[in-house]
Amino acid sequence: MSVPRYWRESKYRYRLIGKRCMRCGALYYPRRAICTRCGSKELEEHQLSDRGRIVSWTVIRNPPKDYERFAPYVVALVELEDGIRILSQIVDVEPEEVKAGMMVEATFRKIREDGTSGIIEYGYKFRPPVESKQDSS
Amino acid sequence: MRPSRPVGIVGYGAYIPMGRLRTSEICRVWGGEPPIEEKAVSAMDEDAVTIAVECARYALRRANIQPKELGAIYVGTESKPYAVKPCGTIVAEAIGASPQVAAADYEFACKAGTEAFQTCVALVSSGMVKYAMAIGADTAQGRPADPLEYTVACGGAAFIFGPRSEKTLAYLEGSYSYVTDTPDFWRRAHEIYPRHGGRFTGEPAYFKHIIEAARGLMAELGYGPNDFKYAVFHQPNVKFPIRVARMLGFGMDAIKPGLVVQHVGNTYAGSTPIGLAATLDQARCGDRILVVSYGSGAGSDAFSFVVEDRAEVPNRDPPVSLFISRKRYIDYATYIKHRGKILR
Ligand SMILES: [Zn+2]
Repeated sequence: MSVPRYWRESKYRYRLIGKRCMRCGALYYPRRAICTRCGSKELEEHQLSDRGRIVSWTVIRNPPKDYERFAPYVVALVELEDGIRILSQIVDVEPEEVKAGMMVEATFRKIREDGTSGIIEYGYKFRPPVESKQDSS
Repeated sequence: MRPSRPVGIVGYGAYIPMGRLRTSEICRVWGGEPPIEEKAVSAMDEDAVTIAVECARYALRRANIQPKELGAIYVGTESKPYAVKPCGTIVAEAIGASPQVAAADYEFACKAGTEAFQTCVALVSSGMVKYAMAIGADTAQGRPADPLEYTVACGGAAFIFGPRSEKTLAYLEGSYSYVTDTPDFWRRAHEIYPRHGGRFTGEPAYFKHIIEAARGLMAELGYGPNDFKYAVFHQPNVKFPIRVARMLGFGMDAIKPGLVVQHVGNTYAGSTPIGLAATLDQARCGDRILVVSYGSGAGSDAFSFVVEDRAEVPNRDPPVSLFISRKRYIDYATYIKHRGKILR
């Protein structure tokens, strides 16, 4: 990712900010300019929920360039509590421990580094919730 | 040093990465005796910035304030991912506090976090800002086989300071800083690993500075060790904080809640702040806590906090004990991969 593009998108990636259609309420992440459900161009920034459940997942064993050292890692489709589905890497878990329906929460991690001299890209990933056992109902 | 108007902690949060390396693993590879049980190791996608963001988010939640109410964010660390580009700006953006906020990083070895406390207290007490956040976070490195490698660890804690009010968890009675030019430990520019003065890190460094700062603060406030329910001292290993506590007249009961080094390691700028967080997790209204950091180079900051009743209100935030029990053991090979000591 180019530095200007990373900079333009950082707050959305850092804080999971999407768009919400002001006419029909549809949510989008990544953000878009036009609502694909009703065609409205009036979309506002919307803070997405930082918790959700894993819908499906895959284990990446042959990762693209710059992600090699993370392999094997889990990428999942996560349905957030507000209903929107987003793709995310799942961390703090072994691939064999991932289950459909598993609760996850957003965390802040390094996504990619442009070598040792370039920019460090940060953003969200998801992990099993950090909470006391009795609270995890 | 006393604030010109009452200041207190309104929120705090700690974060310790999940990876753990048993020091027996290091002994298996390099020999020696394990000085602590195990130490926290960050994942490959974690650094001082991600740890600072995690702590900051928990602190904000506990404080129950809006991120835009923060007037300053200071990150104390010796493991900045960028040599030039502040961690503070990334943290500010990640928690939604920017752009109208002061931000910078502090460097003072293991006391960088508490140095940020002093600045935040001053900004709040002067009325320049309503709330200010100080973070101590590190992913400290030790050269393979160096005695430091057995203890250096990853973690941090964030504290939000604000005017004393019904939101205060613990108010500050006073603070004291004691600094000398002592070359006990250093890392030159462009070097990955630090160097240290071996035995020199003990008596004239750690013990002298902590004792002077603690005694100085107690003299200013007119207190003795018996006036404090708890005490937190910088914990580079298990022996030093226990010994300095005894020298100052504190028993094991006073330091036990905040003594996490056995299972976490020395988190550098995070060490004293995590100890304070763990102590606040257990403290009750009216308890007085002495906090004394130590940073090589060298200096100590001492603080006296008194716990308020809001600290006893139940909350869903993970206590330090949860982060200590949330762990995944890795072996030495995985550790050197995680910490970038070996590259593919
Ligand atoms: Zn729409």
